[in-house]
Parts: sequence; structure tokens; C-alpha cells
Amino acid sequence: MEIAELSDLLVWAAATTFAVAMIAFAIDLGRRTDERLEARTEARATVGAGASGAVAAPDGAGPAADVGPGGPARRRAAGIGLSTSWLGTAMLGVAILLRGLAAGRTPWANMYEFTLVGSFVAMVVFLVWNLRRDVRFLGAFVTGLVTLFVVVGLNSFHVAATGVQPALQNYWLVIHVGVAITATGIFTVAFVLSVLQLLRDARETGSPFLTRPGFRWLDRMPAPAALESMSFRLNAVGFVMWTFTIIGGAIWAEDAWGRYWGWDPKEVWSFIIWVVYAAYLHARTTRGWSGRRAAWFVVVGYACVLFNFTGVNLIFNGKHSYSGIS
Amino acid sequence: MSERTYRPEGIADDFTTGEPTSAADARPEPSGAPSSPRGPQAPQLGWRGMLRWTWRQLTSMRVALMLLMLLAVAALPGSILPQRDQDPAAVVEYLGDHPTAGEWLDRFGFFDVYTSVWFSAIYLLLLVSLVGCIVPRTIAHARALRARPPRTPARFERFPVHVTGTTSATPDEVADAASTHLRGRWRRLPTFRVETGAEDARPARGALPGRPAARTVAAERGYLRESGNLLFHLALVGLVIAVAVGQLMHYRGQAIITEGRGFANAVVDYDTFESGAWFAPESLVPFSMTLDSFESEFATDTVAFAQSRDFTADVTVTEPDGSSRAETIRVNHPLEVDGSKIYLQGNGYAPEITVTDAEGATAFSGRVPFLPEDQVYTSRGVVKVPDVSPGLDQIGLIGYFLPTAVINEDGTAESVFPLPEDPLLVLEVYRGDLGLDAGVPQNVYRLDTANLTPSLDDDGGRVTLLLEPGDSVELPDGLGTVALGEDVPRFVALDLRHDPSLAWVLTFALLALLGLTGSLFLPRRRVWVRSWTSGGVTRVEVAGLARGDDAGLETEVDKAFGALPDVERDGPDGAGRAGGSGAGTTDGRATGSEED
Ligand code: HEM
Repeated sequence: MEIAELSDLLVWAAATTFAVAMIAFAIDLGRRTDERLEARTEARATVGAGASGAVAAPDGAGPAADVGPGGPARRRAAGIGLSTSWLGTAMLGVAILLRGLAAGRTPWANMYEFTLVGSFVAMVVFLVWNLRRDVRFLGAFVTGLVTLFVVVGLNSFHVAATGVQPALQNYWLVIHVGVAITATGIFTVAFVLSVLQLLRDARETGSPFLTRPGFRWLDRMPAPAALESMSFRLNAVGFVMWTFTIIGGAIWAEDAWGRYWGWDPKEVWSFIIWVVYAAYLHARTTRGWSGRRAAWFVVVGYACVLFNFTGVNLIFNGKHSYSGIS
Repeated sequence: MSERTYRPEGIADDFTTGEPTSAADARPEPSGAPSSPRGPQAPQLGWRGMLRWTWRQLTSMRVALMLLMLLAVAALPGSILPQRDQDPAAVVEYLGDHPTAGEWLDRFGFFDVYTSVWFSAIYLLLLVSLVGCIVPRTIAHARALRARPPRTPARFERFPVHVTGTTSATPDEVADAASTHLRGRWRRLPTFRVETGAEDARPARGALPGRPAARTVAAERGYLRESGNLLFHLALVGLVIAVAVGQLMHYRGQAIITEGRGFANAVVDYDTFESGAWFAPESLVPFSMTLDSFESEFATDTVAFAQSRDFTADVTVTEPDGSSRAETIRVNHPLEVDGSKIYLQGNGYAPEITVTDAEGATAFSGRVPFLPEDQVYTSRGVVKVPDVSPGLDQIGLIGYFLPTAVINEDGTAESVFPLPEDPLLVLEVYRGDLGLDAGVPQNVYRLDTANLTPSLDDDGGRVTLLLEPGDSVELPDGLGTVALGEDVPRFVALDLRHDPSLAWVLTFALLALLGLTGSLFLPRRRVWVRSWTSGGVTRVEVAGLARGDDAGLETEVDKAFGALPDVERDGPDGAGRAGGSGAGTTDGRATGSEED
């Protein structure tokens, strides 16, 4: 069982690394808020002097336009956040691999492993996306959530690495569960985006709570419309994957349980999730429902995803009782 | 263009409504305030107008959205309350525990949520709404597929992505190059549908400067996006119909068979049988099947000790024509025979038990399936012995079969491993009237002991008999003897199902997935090029418009511009480019997408 123990150790290390990344990203957010304030005061001063020099980019331009008073600001904290994120993700990836080696099968067959892989996917989505465009503003939230998930996984869901029962010995375990986890990881990042969209939106429309100075960092987020469009792109991918998860699950259930659909609690909740995200897609294109209201669907949808994973596994007694926790 | 496109009432879609006025109002305002306060307002028309109004409401986006939300909420109770279809025993138990609430819940179908009136009403309304919305859209789309790309708009400045420049080529050459590029490599499957045209000179009007005669190119791609969306919605309808037909035509039977025995595919041979309304008994192909042997494997390592690892049933199938063949059934690998699937749903031990009554006559002899209750196959079963010699009490035995038994210090026995390494049968004995003659059907796995007398020992405790294979022991109270056979046969629980709609269900599901993918990821874009000569130079402008969020629109326009001969883009000081002219770097991507 040495490999399994090494895997567990690596998961702890990854969780710690993610926590460090989260702190670094949070510091970066705080710093930039201060810088921005300085920039604003300085800009006002220059405007007052009748010149139109270097002015901080307008709000909507997003974090890419990181032009401080003295040219582009160095964001050392964000850099630390990124490199620790990569490190933690790599460690988590190795931990998952080792877990698979120790158990002699695909490493996503129980809740603990599902948590690890889902967190891994969320991190990969964030990091790979960040290669293409600057989404470092997501760092604090994604690493924060992932730290939470991994620690909860270690403390509450951990089971020993071992084989699986006959119904799970199937290539569908790789496909159906693999795609479901990937979708969950993607939904996680999209959820973060939609929450930021709602917060930023509420701040802009003068919510008494969110207009406090403590939420100044929200001003450094992209505009709500930009956040919504990023969230949509991820949700669209997640939704297609979820659709596939359900179809694949039905094909598997047909072979394993003798019916493709039986309204087992897990099936019910997968259906609810699917319908909520379908409603989200419709809301986006329905007059009067796009924007803020549509974002609430993402929040509800993601809450359902989390419940489907935790509540349904632990509370209800269905055919999907594969958590390994008794 | 717009009058040829059917749009469900309430859809917010700037692409089909025409041209956006600016990038800013192409997006919904973030405030989330309904941009159209116009709620449903019943018109004061006759009943026909009323009907039309109702229909329009039903097929509107808003109502579709409401129905989707309702569907999600309505599905919920079925995961919380026990459902008859899944677990009838749990429903009975719930009704016993909550008599009042249970009765009310039952009255409103909360124990049959997915067949209840309200659940069905929601999804049927949704389907009607969907058909009402999809059919006109399909017709409009079929027309649009044959239509030309939309006319080149007069002003490009209004578009979110817009590039201008100059070239040494003539406007005709520009138009040719643009249309070649936009059509793409394959003639049969052009990337864009392209139409070139010419415009007359335009006099200056108000703030608009005049422009000499120009060549134009109008191009559109992504018709498949709408096709995909329609395919998706239509496939959903097909899916629901296929599932319903399957429900009507299916049948399902369960049988428990022991090693060396078999069953025939006939309604009477199943322990339980259930079928849809359109089921015809003739559709049962009369094959028969014998269980030759059953094998199971369990983990022996310390971590997962006794967890099941593999189950295999070796069977012989005999077709109606008399031919027979050997097959295996495993978990996840049902056996297909004549369009039906046979699943291995359970297994256990069926010890061979013989009861001899007080007069020495054999009152019972047979294999009795003991149903496993835990991971180590602690299995429970009953033996009902009604056929004793006249005048004697009937006998009932309740007990456990332990495949690998250990006897604890306190005298109790338990099983420690699921395979029969050291089997032991533990029985309690009852006598009296088993109540089998009352004509009330009884569960064969349950013995109602209410009217029976248990056999007690001198201390008043229950007598328990312990039998190992081959043993024969006296029953207490002089009731006779009970013997356990030398071999312990295995039994398997088989589930046979026939559903002729399966292939259709799968096909529609996959079509829906395909359509959805196309509808979400195929870009729908329009690109326009205009070129004219003024003052000896050829000026070029290119504009793009996309449906929904499209991060690639900017690249598309840049590429179209770059494909023109000898072009040079205007500097930022010139007419420039509308939208975030983000220097074409990765930041440009970011800015571009934020604007669309
Ligand atoms: C079973 C019910 C329904 C489901 C599960 C469903 C699902 C979906 C999904 C997943 C999309 C996303 C595709 C995309 O965004 O391009 C979509 C788009 C769409 N749906 Fe539905 N739909 C349903 C019913 C309806 C109904 C009743 C209507 C008509 C009122 C409708 C009209 C539309 C339209 C117009 C779009 C395209 C939106 C756009 O322009 O992007 N749908 N639907």
C-alpha cells in the first residue's frame, strides 16, 4: 500500500500548495485595488492639470489592460499564484496517477477520487485558459474552491485504494464518469465567473453591501457582460458534456441494471441539472432574462451539481451508492 | 431577411432581427431589468383571438423557460420520497410511518411522480410548446437555406468588428479575392455562402460622406448552427415518442433458476412478469435456457476483503428450432436472445432440503433459494412444509444459510466469506397451520409466524438446528427430520427484458447530442466587404457580425481582410477599426470577446 500512501501525501501537498496560490492571488487582487486607487487619484490630478497623460484603463477593459501609473505593473503575487497553481496541479495529477496504479484501475470510481479529478480538471481549465488570455483574476476563487474540495475530500470522503465491484468494471466507468467529472470541473470555473458577474453587477447597480470599500477588488474584474460571455462559453462545453454523461450513463445502465432509465435519485438529479442548464441557455436568449437573471441559473445549476455529488451519494440510497463510504 | 425568419415570441436575438446598432446595445444591459416590460396581456378579441393568443403564449420563449423550470422542480420530490416503481416496499413502509401525510401525498401522486398527472402535464405542455415553436422555425430555416446572403449594409462603422485599409488592386480584384477566400477550398461545401454585387455612387447625405460606385461581397456561414438547433429540438420530440412506444410494447420477466435447471420464455414460467399495454404474448419467442453453472469471485486482500469481483453464469440456450448453444451472462454483459436481453441481477445459494414428517413420509424435498442479505452472503430463507401426513401439524422452517460459517463463543454463528468453504444451515422450527389453503397469495420468501407455534427448548429459548452438508437431524417436538443435501447448488436471479424501441431511443439521443453540439459550437457569421476607388487609391472595408458569443469573429474578419491582394490596414489614426482595436494580440481576443 505504499503507492497509495504516497498518493495521499501528494494530495495533502497539493492542497497546501493551492492554499498558498490562493493567498498569493488574493494579495494580487488587493494590491491591484490599491494601485488602481492611486492611479485614479493621480489621473484626477493630471486631468486637473489639463493634461491627458497615462490614465488607468476604463473599467470594462478588464484586467488585461493593466496599465498602472508607471507603465504595466509587475504582478509578482499573481506570478507566484500561477506558478504554485501549476505546481499543485502537477502534484495532484501525479497523485491521481499513483492512486490509479495502487488500485489497479481507472482512478475515478468513488467520491474521494471523483473529488480529486474534478478539482484537477477545474485547475487545468483555469491554467490552460490562462495561457490563451489573462484570467488571473479567477485565480483566488478557483484555487480557493479547489483547496476546499480537496481538503473535504481528504477528510470526509477518503477510502482505501482498491478494486471495484463487477458492475463498475466496464469501459463506461472510464467514459461516463470521466466525462461527468470533466463537466463538473468546467461547471466549477463557469460558476465562479457567474458569481463574479452577479457581484460586480450588484456593485455597479449600487447594492448597499457590495459598494463598501472592501469590495473594491470587484472593480478590477471584467465587466459583467464579459464575465457572462466567458461563463457561457464554459457552460456550453459543460452542458454538452453533461448531455453525453446522461446518454452514456443510460447506455451503461441498460447493460448493467437492465434498464436505460429508472429515475434512480442520481438519475433524477442528473436530469434536474440538465434541465436547469437548458433553462439557463434559454434564459440567455429570452428577452428580459439575459444577463443577471440567467447568471442565477448557473448558480442554481451548480448548486444542483454539488448536491448531486454529495447529497445524493450520501443521503439517498440508490443504485449509484458507490461512494465507498458506509 | 427578418420577415423570412420565424422567431418564437420573446426571443432576444440581434442576429436575425437585423443589424446591431452598436456593440454596446447588442448585449443585454447588465442591470437584468426586463428590457421589455410588456408582460402577457390578454387581448380583447373573440374566442378565436383568445386561442391564437394562448397559442402564441404557449410557444413563446418565456413560457418554455417557465415550463423548463417547473420540470426541474417537479422532478425533485421523486428523489426524496420513495417511489412505487423503484421500491414499492419502501412506499408501504412510508405509508405506515406517516399515515395522514402519506395518504395525502399518495392522493397527489407523490409516490408515482414520473407517471403522475402533473409531471406528465408539464412535459407534455413543454413538448407542445416545443413543436409549436420548432415547426415554424424549421419551415423558415428551410427557406433561409435557399436564400441569398443578406444585402451588404450601407454603413460598416456600426458593426462590432470592422477593418478598413487600402490596396493597389482594383475593386473587382478585391471582390474576386474576397469571394474566393470566403468560399473556401471545397466547392461543394463552401465555408461561406457568398454573393458579390455592385453599388452605385452614393451622394453625401447629412453627416454621411458621399462614396463612389463600389463592389461589394456579402457572405454568410453557419446555417448548420440553426439546423443543429432544430435537429436537437426535433430529436427531443423523437426521443420522448420512442420512449413512450417502448413503454407500451415492452415486457419484462424475472426468474430464479438453480444450477442444472432452466426456464422457458413463456409468461407462466416467470416468477414475476410485467408488460406494456401493447404487449402481445405472441411476441415471446419460445426459447428455453438452462443454467449449467455459476461462478463468483471475491476479493481476498485485507483492504477489500469479501467484496465481489466477478460473476459468471454459464448457460445453454435452446432455440425454438431445437438448436442449442452455450453462452455466458455476466454483470454488464447481458445475453441477447431473439431480441430480448437477459440480465444477471442476483445470485445466491439454494440448499437442497428434505423434510421427513413424524410418520416417516417425505413431506418436502427441493432446492430452496436463500436470499443473501450482506456482503458475506448471510442468506435468509424459509421452508414451508404443508404436505405432511394427514393429521399432523404443518411445519415451517426459517433460517440462515452461512457459506463460510464460524461459531462464536456465545454459540451464535456467522458467515465470514461469501464462498461455500464451510457451509452451515441454521434453522428455527415452527408448527401449526401455514395458512396456504386460504387462497391468499403468499410471499415464498416470508413465513408468517403469527399463527404458528415455535419450538422451544427447556429454558424457553428457540431451538436452533445446525446442519452441515450431508447432515440429517431430528426436528424438535418429534416433528420428524430435516436433511441438507451434500452439494449446495447456486441460484441466479435472471431478468429478461424486451424493448423494441431501444435502437430508436439511442438514435434520437445521439442525434440530439449532435444537433446540440452543432448549435452551440458552429459559428454563425456574416462578413461583408466593400471596395471602391477614390483619388486613385482603392479603399477596402470589411465588417463582421456573429450570432451570439463568438470569440473567433475578429480573427475571421482579419483573415478575410488579409486575403485581399496587397492590402494595407489603416493605422489607428485613420478610420481605424470599431470595437476594441486591441492590437491583434491575445489581449485583442479578450477585448473583442468582451464587446460582442
Ligand atoms: C424539452 C424542452 C426543451 C429543451 C430541453 C431545450 C433545450 C435547448 C437547448 C439546450 C438549447 C441551446 C442551444 C443553443 O443555445 O443554441 C436550446 C435553444 C433554443 N431553444 Fe430550446 N429547449 C426546449 C424547448 C424549447 C421550446 C418550447 C422552445 C420554443 C419556445 C425553444 C426554443 C429554443 C430556441 C429559439 C433556441 C435557440 C436559442 C438561441 O438562439 O441560441 N426550446 N434549447
